[in-house]
Amino acid sequence: MAEKTAKKKSVPRTLMPEQEPEVRMRNFDEVPLGYTPELAQQEAARCIQCKKPGCMAGCPVDVDIPGFIKLIKEGDFKAAIRNLWAKNSLPAVCGRVCPQEIQCEGLCVLAKKGEPIAIGNLERFAADYERDHGTGELPPKLTPTGKKVAVIGSGPSGLTVAGDLIVKGHEVTVFEAFHKPGGVLVYGIPEFRLPKEIVFQEVGFLERLGVKVDCNVVVGRTVSVDELFEQGFEAVYIGVGAGLPRFLNIPGENLVGILSANEYLTRANLMKAYRFPDYDTPIPKGKNVVVLGAGNVAMDSARTAMRLGAEKVRIVYRRSRAEMPAREAEIHHAEEEEIEFFLLTNPTKFIGNERGRVIGMECLQMELGEPDESGRRRPVAVDGSEFNLDCDLAIIAVGAGANPLLTQSTEGLHLNQWGYVLADPATGKTYKKGVWAGGDIVTGQATVILAMGAGRKAADSIHDYLTYGW
Amino acid sequence: MFKIVKREEMAEGTVILNEIEAPLIAEKAKPGQFVILKATETGERIPLTMAMTDPVKGTITIIYMVVGKGTAVFRDLVVGDTYQDVIGPLGKPTHLEKVGKVVCVGGGTGIAVLHPITRALKEVGNHVIAIIGARSKDLLILEDHMQAASHELHVCTDDGSYGRKGFVTEALRDVLENEKIQLVVAIGPVPMMKFLSQLTKEYNVKTIVSLNPIMVDGTGMCGGCRVTVGGLTKFACVDGPEFDGHQVDYDELMLRLQAYCEDEKKCYEDYCVLSA
Ligand SMILES: Cc1cc2nc3c(=O)[nH]c(=O)nc-3n(C[C@H](O)[C@H](O)[C@H](O)COP(=O)(O)OP(=O)(O)OC[C@H]3O[C@@H](n4cnc5c(N)ncnc54)[C@H](O)[C@@H]3O)c2cc1C
Ligand code: SF4
Ligand code: FES
Repeated sequence: MAEKTAKKKSVPRTLMPEQEPEVRMRNFDEVPLGYTPELAQQEAARCIQCKKPGCMAGCPVDVDIPGFIKLIKEGDFKAAIRNLWAKNSLPAVCGRVCPQEIQCEGLCVLAKKGEPIAIGNLERFAADYERDHGTGELPPKLTPTGKKVAVIGSGPSGLTVAGDLIVKGHEVTVFEAFHKPGGVLVYGIPEFRLPKEIVFQEVGFLERLGVKVDCNVVVGRTVSVDELFEQGFEAVYIGVGAGLPRFLNIPGENLVGILSANEYLTRANLMKAYRFPDYDTPIPKGKNVVVLGAGNVAMDSARTAMRLGAEKVRIVYRRSRAEMPAREAEIHHAEEEEIEFFLLTNPTKFIGNERGRVIGMECLQMELGEPDESGRRRPVAVDGSEFNLDCDLAIIAVGAGANPLLTQSTEGLHLNQWGYVLADPATGKTYKKGVWAGGDIVTGQATVILAMGAGRKAADSIHDYLTYGW
Repeated sequence: MFKIVKREEMAEGTVILNEIEAPLIAEKAKPGQFVILKATETGERIPLTMAMTDPVKGTITIIYMVVGKGTAVFRDLVVGDTYQDVIGPLGKPTHLEKVGKVVCVGGGTGIAVLHPITRALKEVGNHVIAIIGARSKDLLILEDHMQAASHELHVCTDDGSYGRKGFVTEALRDVLENEKIQLVVAIGPVPMMKFLSQLTKEYNVKTIVSLNPIMVDGTGMCGGCRVTVGGLTKFACVDGPEFDGHQVDYDELMLRLQAYCEDEKKCYEDYCVLSA
């Protein structure tokens, strides 16, 4: 039945207008420009409103996808955003950064024909429309309970917990180590992919609801988790992310001009170094840049380098294209922006000049061998394939680990072998009484939506605990 | 917002003291720890080790030398102005233990960092000899404080305008020749710490130095502060800032400190032109 209707209406997917590659590769403005209401309604009309929607099975937070799409089609944008909010507190963010191709859109029945509904674009549209046209009216709050909750970390996970618990009547304070809230959404993901204004508006919304956001508080240093309990907080949520940069651990890695993606992106995004000297923080401007790794972080770094004036930017990755973990859209955008891909290439050493600056790296050519534990074919070095790649700036984007600052200063938490916090996947409860955890500090670097999903479950559990004592 | 309650120019226009309201940090800070400060919305995050803290008043004191735009912006703040952001206390505190005779050596604004450590080492029962030095008399800071914090104080200036003429290393050599020393703590410009560590190695005396690499977050999140110690990469902001002076790769540190020199210079000059 669904099959038949799809055939009948094989209207192509509505593309979202974008800045032209030649233009955008030198500016920091957002790349996709958004749907107009007409385009959104046109795209929404393609949805065949499946009885058993595949898309929803792919959504980690159970958004009522056909429901909100139907409301967009009918032009009731106000109802559409409210429908989204019921499950997802940050739709403007998720519409932009979720890996839809392996979630909702990947499972949409129309995906088989290669033209799934542009669910992410529609989600983004609904949120942006509300931001531009909404009244900013606040959702109702339950009667105050007088219970205090501390949320540590203001990334998507912590913000979700804060939003959920404040409307349930609890007092919520978010503690953030950086001077601005938002976590990776602010320090990691660049402006051209997620305008910071959106994140600040989301945080502003929570503040208007009564959430207190305390920046410049490094829990574990400025105050400890146990002291938070002494101060009267009855529950603590740990959402501190996976903030420990991984390096390659190869010779020469401390040369000048080799930065972790965390440092490079933090300078660019949080400190706004791309606007140096209007902003005081400097950032190295390479002409010939290599980025090691092929995830979202690597794409963001490469595209940032291009925007900062590089002549050549190369992604160097030791596996093949099929294994690149970045979102499809990011790889596509990077390619359009003239980023080159050096696949099956493994750096073994950095080379420096007499001033201690990086000038290149020694690499080995790889080929794919037998599958490893992750099921991906393991790259193995080709004998005698050593070669050199020149560069004047190298960004290391090979993943993140668990930052031990908070976990090691908090007694009673249990950690796994990599230092991530052990928490019950259903509730987020840790081994320490009154303490929940979720997001990247539990799962390792994952996605915004998984961090939010974990936050929502924990918020439910915290609410039960504060209300009924379990 | 973190209000400046006291400001002093210790050496005209170049070495400045700020006492800042930061009650949470003042309550927690221990000798050897640092803070990160950012003055304005567009400012840079700058790490500075605390020279003094007053948990009762809820204030911390920093002393810095004006070297770039970041610190030039700080210099222009007066009493009543605020720092937008102050984060801390960061880093590991100094390991304080009674070991016997200790020499605390400070150069330039390193003396500010050395001061609370000196005092604490004395308080735990060590006999503390302090040696402080600066390029010239007008750049010498905290002499009185260091006098009070130690049992014996030696002062040197490079140009001989005050105290003994010469480098702190020479004064230290004399002490090491004449007395059995258990520990040296040295804080100052990187070349000073490098040569001083070479000297104490000759005498086989354990030496602690406090490093000041470029930092961004100060919480172990960026790796910009990495230093090589004993052949291993360490993050100074969380593994330090204090390290075994005999194990540090000072040459690498000096090169890394110059990473943004050209940008810094341009930014500073522009600022000076604008604010002149
Ligand atoms: C460059 C980059 C691009 C990415 N792109 C995508 C994408 O396109 N799509 C996607 O789904 N995911 C993406 N991710 C992953 C995604 O951002 C993370 O999975 C998600 O942000 C995790 O959320 P979180 O709330 O667990 O932690 P975070 O967002 O990391 O937030 C944690 C917060 O806690 C603060 N904190 C840490 N320690 C302390 C402490 N001791 N005291 C107080 N505060 C503390 C941190 O400063 C930070 O603000 C990307 C990640 C990066 C780095
Ligand atoms: S988005 Fe796709 S899977 Fe979901 S209801 Fe519409 S057509 Fe069906
Ligand atoms: S300053 Fe970023 S890790 Fe030390």
